[in-house]
Amino acid sequence: MRFPLISSPHSERPNSVTQTMLWVILTLVPGSLAMTWYFGWGIPIHIALATLTAIASEGVVLKLRGRRMAPALNDLSAVVTALLFALAIPPLLPWWLTVLGTAFAIIVVKQLYGGIGYNPFNPAMAGYVLLLVSYPVEMTAWLPPEMLNHNPLDLEQTLAAIFGSTLPAGLSWDAITMATPLDQMRTQLDLNIMISEIRQSPLWGDFGGQGWEWVGNWFLLGGLVLLFKRIISWHIPLSMLGALLVFSMLFHFLDQEAYPFGLFHIFSGGTLLGAFFIATDPVTACTTKKGQLLFGASIGIITYVIRTWGGYPDAVAFAVLLMNMAAPTIDYYTQPRVFGHGERGND
Amino acid sequence: MSAQSYRQLVIDGLWNNNQAMVALLGLCPLLAVTNTAINGLGLGLATLLVLTLSNVTVSIIRNWVRPEVRLPVFVIVIASFVTAVELSMNAWFYELYKILGIFIPLIVTNCAIIGRAEAFASKNAISRSLVDGLAMGSGFTLALVTLGAMRELLGMGTLFSQANLMFGEAAGGLTISLGDDFKGMLLAILPPGAFLGLGFLIALKNLIDKRLSHSRKAATHQAAANTELATG
Repeated sequence: MRFPLISSPHSERPNSVTQTMLWVILTLVPGSLAMTWYFGWGIPIHIALATLTAIASEGVVLKLRGRRMAPALNDLSAVVTALLFALAIPPLLPWWLTVLGTAFAIIVVKQLYGGIGYNPFNPAMAGYVLLLVSYPVEMTAWLPPEMLNHNPLDLEQTLAAIFGSTLPAGLSWDAITMATPLDQMRTQLDLNIMISEIRQSPLWGDFGGQGWEWVGNWFLLGGLVLLFKRIISWHIPLSMLGALLVFSMLFHFLDQEAYPFGLFHIFSGGTLLGAFFIATDPVTACTTKKGQLLFGASIGIITYVIRTWGGYPDAVAFAVLLMNMAAPTIDYYTQPRVFGHGERGND
Repeated sequence: MSAQSYRQLVIDGLWNNNQAMVALLGLCPLLAVTNTAINGLGLGLATLLVLTLSNVTVSIIRNWVRPEVRLPVFVIVIASFVTAVELSMNAWFYELYKILGIFIPLIVTNCAIIGRAEAFASKNAISRSLVDGLAMGSGFTLALVTLGAMRELLGMGTLFSQANLMFGEAAGGLTISLGDDFKGMLLAILPPGAFLGLGFLIALKNLIDKRLSHSRKAATHQAAANTELATG
């Protein structure tokens, strides 16, 4: 009798780029829905706009480069870039800024370096930083979350605001927009107001801002699914969140009224989205396990340093880009020893 | 080394061997001061002047300077001309002098200048060195002005703003504006904008070169085919 012999690997996992990207998109759905719930129609509109721009730019560049379009467009990586970018920008951003940021991300940051797998920087974050540096006023005008918003805009009004920069009669931009919780905390701390006083405002929830921390929870949920499906490894998210938490708690215990509680940093801004979805980008992150720990921890520390002492209220995007630059060097120095070769040259 | 024609010298300086876009020399001032077209033009003309004068001087003394000490001598020659240019700008273009600041004395360290002195002027006759200095300097100025105009247009929505700094009050009307509704892209004015802009400029130049060589090849093919037809 003949038994079929099957060589290893004996269990396989979905390993194509398309499937990985599909899982990333699926796990971003809860967070996107939560953001839509708290911040209104602007979120899905920008997601649609960014996706269309990303696919169009990718198609145009591939045509100019004389590459086949189908494999590059079907791998969904442009859609993931567009989605991450759209989740990072304010809900009422003028449409041409979304188009500009996404087109820059795909054309300059991704395709000019050679397309997927060759880009040294995370495209979504580079596009976001381009806009943040160039148009700081537009990029910091966030909406208040749903429970604090006295003048919620319906679909038609949101469309008019994004595409025509016009608001319903009687409303001004200053009246409907507000700074993010991170921004508020930073501004008021700079005025030497104590944290216990700052937190008297109804803006705050348990750890971060109301609404914001719940969005963070849903991103965390999606990230845990990615971890469970082994699409990302635990090294980068854990080291990034851990370093951020340790650093912020250290300063918090030094002066509780001047440095916010550690979980405030975890549940504010782009921390959770960044830890699970952005820093873990397999192209731009480190590949060795030791390197990933160092990479994640450095992102956490840089984020804390810029948020606390730097010029911008949130810093996940800057931290990710800075560490993207360092990733090849980190990989070079953390290459695992080849089995059978001694460390002290007794090979 | 066969002597190139004057025409070839000019074409090399302006296009084929453009110091900024092909040789990639003198990038420090190129990237630092080109946030407006006028700043670029100011520094470009100063560099053009120094480059021409130093080329001529180096060419004059080329037979008396021993090879062992040639580099220090070149540097002294260049530094003297830069000092002269700096003092004259301080006297006659004071506002522009203040804006360009440290980058005028830094012309001394512009490797394009010592590069031309070493590679061309120390081996060629005076008249040829003069033409080479003028052509190379003009090519560098052209790159500075183009990059400056690109960044100014994107970043501030104007062109030739502050032209009065260079050409007197009458030139104030030269300024072109895209209107107040244009929201400038701040990044173009900041250092990253200089790197991105230069990258796109070089890409554009390479694209034009490629198109030109394609059409030239096509033309020779056509000519060859024609002669074949005629003879065959």
